[in-house]
Amino acid sequence: MTVLEQPGSSRNTSDLPGPPPAWRPRVDPGPLLPDAEPYRLLGTDAAGRLDPGLLTRLYAQLVRGRRYNAQATALTRQGRLAVYPSSTGQEACQVAAALALEDRDWLFPSYRDTLAAVARGLDPVQALTLLRGDWHTGYDPQEHRIAPLCTPLATQLPHAVGLAHAARLKGDDVVALAVVGDGGTSEGDFHEALNFAAVWQTPVVFLVQNNGFAISVPLAKQTAAPSLAHKAVGYGMPGRLVDGNDAPALHEVLTEAVRRARGGGGPTLVEAVTYRIEAHTNADDATRYRTDSEVETWREHDPIALLEHELRDRDLLTEEFVRTTQEGAEELAAGLRDRMNADPELDPMDLFTHVFAEQTSQLREQAAQLRAELAAEAAGHPEHTEHGALAGEPAAAGRSAQETRP
Amino acid sequence: MTTTAPETARKPATMAQALTRALHDAMAADPSVHVMGEDVGTLGGVFRVTDGLAREFGEDRCSDTPLAEAGILGTAVGMAMYGLRPVVEMQFDAFAYPAFEQLISHVARMRNRTRGAVPMPLTMRVPYGGGIGGVEHHSDSSEAYYLATPGIQVVTPATVADAYGLLRAAIASDDPVVFLEPKRLYWSKDDWSPDAPTQVAPIGRAEIRRPGANATLITYGPSLPVCMEAAEAARAEGWDLEVVDLRSLMPFDDDTVCASVRRTGRAVIVHESNGFGGPGGEIAARITERCFHHLEAPVLRVAGFDIPYPPPMLERHHLPGVDRILDTVARLQWESDWTEGCGA
Ligand SMILES: Cc1ncc(C[n+]2csc(CCOP(=O)(O)OP(=O)(O)O)c2C)c(N)n1
Repeated sequence: MTVLEQPGSSRNTSDLPGPPPAWRPRVDPGPLLPDAEPYRLLGTDAAGRLDPGLLTRLYAQLVRGRRYNAQATALTRQGRLAVYPSSTGQEACQVAAALALEDRDWLFPSYRDTLAAVARGLDPVQALTLLRGDWHTGYDPQEHRIAPLCTPLATQLPHAVGLAHAARLKGDDVVALAVVGDGGTSEGDFHEALNFAAVWQTPVVFLVQNNGFAISVPLAKQTAAPSLAHKAVGYGMPGRLVDGNDAPALHEVLTEAVRRARGGGGPTLVEAVTYRIEAHTNADDATRYRTDSEVETWREHDPIALLEHELRDRDLLTEEFVRTTQEGAEELAAGLRDRMNADPELDPMDLFTHVFAEQTSQLREQAAQLRAELAAEAAGHPEHTEHGALAGEPAAAGRSAQETRP
Repeated sequence: MTTTAPETARKPATMAQALTRALHDAMAADPSVHVMGEDVGTLGGVFRVTDGLAREFGEDRCSDTPLAEAGILGTAVGMAMYGLRPVVEMQFDAFAYPAFEQLISHVARMRNRTRGAVPMPLTMRVPYGGGIGGVEHHSDSSEAYYLATPGIQVVTPATVADAYGLLRAAIASDDPVVFLEPKRLYWSKDDWSPDAPTQVAPIGRAEIRRPGANATLITYGPSLPVCMEAAEAARAEGWDLEVVDLRSLMPFDDDTVCASVRRTGRAVIVHESNGFGGPGGEIAARITERCFHHLEAPVLRVAGFDIPYPPPMLERHHLPGVDRILDTVARLQWESDWTEGCGA
C-alpha cells in the first residue's frame, strides 16, 4: 500500500462539478524512450554494412588517441602537466564525437575531453595548455570552434545551447555538441540546459560519457533513473543509449543526432556507456573505491580491441595499415613529448592584459607594481635581465598612492 | 541650429521608461542585441521595463525564457560566444543568485581565459535595493557580491538620464556589465524626457551632483536622493556638503572621489548594502590610502545594518536616512580641539 492509498483518503466526488478539458501528454513519450539495451553494431550482423573507410578512419584515431592518453599520463609523472584526467578506455566516445561534427559545428568539451579536441584537429600542446598550467585556454575557440575546456561540471551545457540558439537565430545551420560525465548529469545546469534546448528546439547534441564513476562515486549513488538516456524524456527530447566502446555504433548515433539537429529536429541526449580505465586523474587512488577485477572486465570490452576484431574479420587489418597507424601515433606522441619538454614562455604582465577590453586604472596601478617588482628581480638576478617579456610594455602609468603632507 | 521639442511635448519620463527607451534604442541600432528573461516578452517584465519590445522586435529579439536563472545567463554566454549582445533580466536581486556560478565562473572570466578571443559583451540587469515594501528576497543590495568578482563591470544609475545613458553604454560595452537598477527609483522623474537629446554616459566616471566645501558624501543608486536631501538639510547646521554619485562601482573612479575628498577633507560613504563586507569598506580604504594627509577626520560609513534584509514594516529603521547621515556628518570631528581628547 502506498501513501496515496491509505484508508480514509477516498472521498465521494459525485457532486463535484465535472473536470476541465481532459489533460493529455503534449508529446507521445514512446518514440523518445531509449532502447532497453545499449545500441551496438560491432559483433552484430549490422556491422557488415559499415563502410570500410569509416572503420579504418575510426581505428586510426582510436590508436592515436590511446597513444596520446599514454603520453599525457607520462607527462604528469615527469612534472610536465599539472594534472591529466585520462580518457583511456573512453577513446571511442572522444573520437566519435569529433568525427560526427562538420567544420562549422562547435564542440563543448569538459576537462576530460582534450582527445576529442585533438581528434578534431587541435594541436595537442594547445589542447593541454590548461592542464600544463601556463594559461587557462591555449587555443582560439572561435578559430577551432571548440569552447574552452570546462571544469565546473555541466556549466558548459547551457553555453552550447545558447550558441546553437544564436546560430539558428542568425540563420546558420551550425550544431553544437556538448560532452558531460555521468556525475555532471546531477548538476542543475545539466537540467536547465536540456530544458532550454528542448523548449527552444535548439540544434544541440548532449553526449553523456557514462564511465561509471564521478571520481569515487558510482552511478548508483548518482541517480535513480532507469538510465541517464531516460532523462531526455522528461524534457521532451529523444534519449539514445549506446555502447560507448563501440565506435561505429556511437558514431552512427551521434551523426544521426547531429543530422537531426541540423535539419531543425531539435536536441538529442545520447548516453554512451563506457568505463574509466585509469584513475580519475593522476592525483587519484582508484583502489579505494573499485576492484581490479571490475577494471579487468572492462579491459576485455576495449574499444580498440572490439574494432580490431571487425577489421580482422574483413581482412582490413593489413600489416601495412597497422604499421602506418602505429607510426602515426608514435609521431604524435613524440611531437607532444618534445614540445612539452620545453618550458613555455610566460609573460607575467599577461595577468592584467585580458581582464577587461580596456584596463581599469586599478589594474594599471597593479600592473605597474608587478612590472617594478619584475624589474627589481631582474636587476638582482642578472641572468634574467635579457628576459624579453618586459620589453615593449607601455611605461608605468600608476601614480604613487603615498602622498606628501599638504 | 538646434531644434528643441515644444515644451508641451517634453513630458518627464520615469526611470523605468528611460530604461525601456534605452533597450529600445539599443535594439533598433544593433540587431545583435537580444533581450531575454522571465516574463520580459508578453508581460513586459514585472517592472514593465521591457514593455513593448517583443511586440516591436519580435519574440526572437525579446524572449520569455524558461524559469531558470543559471540557464538564462548560461545560454546568454553561448549567445555572446556566437556574436550576439544578450541583455538578460533578472527578476529581482535575490533571484539572481542561481546565476552566480555562470556569472563568476564564466561571464567574468571568459575574456581573460581566452586571451581576448572570446569577449562577453553581455548585460545582466538586476532590480536591486529596498524601500519598496517588498517581502523577503525582494530588497537585497547584492552589489558587494558582484564587486568581489574581477572581470565584471558594476554600474548603477541614480538619475533618469543616467538610467538611459548608462544602460546604452552597458549594452555597447564589449565587457560584461551587471546593471543594478534601484527599484525604488523606477518611478522617479527628473528633467530627462524621451524627446531630450539622448546621451550615452561613460562607464567608470563618477559625477559630482552637488558641489560643497566641508565634507563629501559618496553614494550611488537608491541612496543618492537621500544624500541630496541630507546635504540640503545640512545647510541649517552650517555644513556645505558635496555629493558624489559613483554611477560605476567597477571600474571605480578614484580620481573624482579623491579630488573631492582632498578638497573637503572629510568623507562619508552612504549605501544600503550591509556595512560589513560592503562597498563602503573598500571605498574608505581607497580614500585612506590615497588621501590620508588631506583628511581631517576618519572616513565614516552610513550603511545598512549587518542583518538579513528586514521585513517591510521595519525596513525604514535599516535604510540610511537623512537623520542618520546628518548624525554621522556631525561625528566628522568638526571641533578644533578634538585631538586633546585623544591625548595627542
Ligand atoms: C561544480 C563542480 N563540482 C565539483 C567538481 C569537482 N570534480 C571534478 S571532476 C568530478 C567528478 C565528475 O564526474 P563525471 O561528471 O562523471 O565526469 P568524469 O570525471 O567521470 O569524466 C568532481 C566532483 C567540479 N569540477 N565542478
